[in-house]
Amino acid sequence: MAINWFKYSAPTTFYGLAGKLIPFFAWPAAIFFAIGLYIGFFVAPTDATQSEAYRIIFLHVPASILSMFIYLIMAGYAALGLIFKTRLSSMMAQALAPTGALFAFISLWSGALWGKPMWGAWWVWDARLTSELILLFLYLGYIALHASIEDVRRADRASALLAIVGSVNVPIIYFSVKWWNTLHQGATIKMTGTSMHIAMQQAMFAVLAACWLYVIAVTLARVRSIILEREANTQWVNDLPEVKQIDGGRS
Amino acid sequence: MQVQGANGSGKTSLLRTLCGFIQPDEGEILWRGKRVGDLGEDYHAELLYLGHLNAIKDELNALENLEMSAGLAGYTVTEQQAIAALRRMGLQRREHLPVRVLSQGQRRRVALARLLISDAHLWILDEPLTALDVGAVGLMQELIGEHLSNGGMTIFTTHQPLQVAGVETRQLTLV
Amino acid sequence: MNKLSLMGLFGLVVRRDLLLAMRRRADVLTTLIFFVMVVSLFPLGVGPEMDMLRKMASGVVWVAALLASMLSLPRMFSADHADGTLEQMMLAPQSLSVLVLGKIVAHWMLSGLPLALIAPVLGLQFDMSPQALWILVLALLLGTPVLSMIGAVGAALTLGLRGGGVLVSLLVLPLCIPVLIFGAGAVEAVTSGMSVVSNLSFLGAFMLFALVFTPFVAAQALRISME
Repeated sequence: MAINWFKYSAPTTFYGLAGKLIPFFAWPAAIFFAIGLYIGFFVAPTDATQSEAYRIIFLHVPASILSMFIYLIMAGYAALGLIFKTRLSSMMAQALAPTGALFAFISLWSGALWGKPMWGAWWVWDARLTSELILLFLYLGYIALHASIEDVRRADRASALLAIVGSVNVPIIYFSVKWWNTLHQGATIKMTGTSMHIAMQQAMFAVLAACWLYVIAVTLARVRSIILEREANTQWVNDLPEVKQIDGGRS
Repeated sequence: MQVQGANGSGKTSLLRTLCGFIQPDEGEILWRGKRVGDLGEDYHAELLYLGHLNAIKDELNALENLEMSAGLAGYTVTEQQAIAALRRMGLQRREHLPVRVLSQGQRRRVALARLLISDAHLWILDEPLTALDVGAVGLMQELIGEHLSNGGMTIFTTHQPLQVAGVETRQLTLV
Repeated sequence: MNKLSLMGLFGLVVRRDLLLAMRRRADVLTTLIFFVMVVSLFPLGVGPEMDMLRKMASGVVWVAALLASMLSLPRMFSADHADGTLEQMMLAPQSLSVLVLGKIVAHWMLSGLPLALIAPVLGLQFDMSPQALWILVLALLLGTPVLSMIGAVGAALTLGLRGGGVLVSLLVLPLCIPVLIFGAGAVEAVTSGMSVVSNLSFLGAFMLFALVFTPFVAAQALRISME
């Protein structure tokens, strides 16, 4: 059996740690979000070529960036779980997936909202948007595979393999879609000009920071509930105050 | 060695772990002093596994199935050898029929015919006597006895006690 | 008894799968019929104007090929899994990756290859030029093996699961999109006068890349699924 070098790599101890950490990420996330959106929607100047609607990029760009990063992080955790057989790593991968999918979805929606005023259509086959759509499919595939396998160990390992294969494919897919897009002279959603007004940069960074913090907070919360789910039959879970409360109320 | 235990006590899992399908949570499995995981294909070369499933294809006939089994075990077998094996298992005149039309017991015999053409050292047999009639059970006892006297090793599970002539079988009971 | 070489085992596996398919011809034929049907559905859906159909042709044929290949994927391992032969393959004294490659080759010969050979006939329905038809066949011959290879990983991961063909398709289709893009692109390049060779080279590169990695990955996936 592997030696637990890090005390917190065991689900039992991580559960408590995660619980304590969540507020430290959740509150700053909310604050940064508020700051970012305020600057983005009220302070930053109106763009010369695009109308007020461009402001949606303050949500679109961070969401896109994060959706891609989360996939890689998820695949990383999954790979750790596969190679070193650490249960917590697999749980983290499972916890990250829905959030990653959510950000991919937000990226698509915000991209569409941006596209409508610009191009008059709710959807354009821009290279990045299309890659984002494929990324969403990859997330959904991962989640579907994990959900379809009853044995948790097999589910973790199978979806880990899928995530690794997906990660290798993401650059290939992105490149292919770019090629396809230039070939067909599709629409391209561009950022405004070469120099962004300082306020826009600030807004962007603030929302980006907010999103990162949000991801960490939400993932910690989700991994806690995954831990509870998987270890439902163990003594330490049934000894937890929150679980005792429920049981006490029921019986 | 005979592995006994009530239904669900983990006999099949134990055998499958010995084959290398399942990774043990604790402990390791050693063959000739080396870990089974490290030996990999070398271990497979000395192992013959017969599980609950027969591992024969319905669409092929008995001869073809035997040829395929031999191939997967790493060697070729001539038609004469295959026919002789099937004859010993009581399947003469049925070698060319698609296995689909044989009875359950006959299919099990086709699956068991592999034992006759194998030179594997270690036999891991999961309930080898299922679906066999009395004659075939006697045949199995003979085969296992021969294998053991040739220096081979057998680990099997069975609900019926299996006496092998002149050999002390070790018993392992799972709870 | 003589030892069987690695190549011998590879050949045995391919022969076995082909032999089994010969005795169950329906499986191969249904894939082909599905392919033909899907291609024929498009004109019915979008109207018979030849100009539009000509533009759509390569894409339609490729998408149909993709879907038809997906349909046949569960069959790669499911029968062997059900009757215990897959277990025996995993206990073979030779590399599982080679065995898996044998199964992939057999699968391709029974799905991708017939599709590629029948595609020109369908291309004529869309009034494709002879050069375009040649490139279509070549592109399919290069691309369908990749579909079988990536599909093998998907089929191995979903072994024995209830989702069946749909789940495999969900997992594998996004990964096959590059093949679709360059495969259809190669044919379009003929009509638009752009470089066919670059598209075909990408297909070739994908095939080599997949050839090196997918048998191993699929073998790992089988081990995970069989535990």
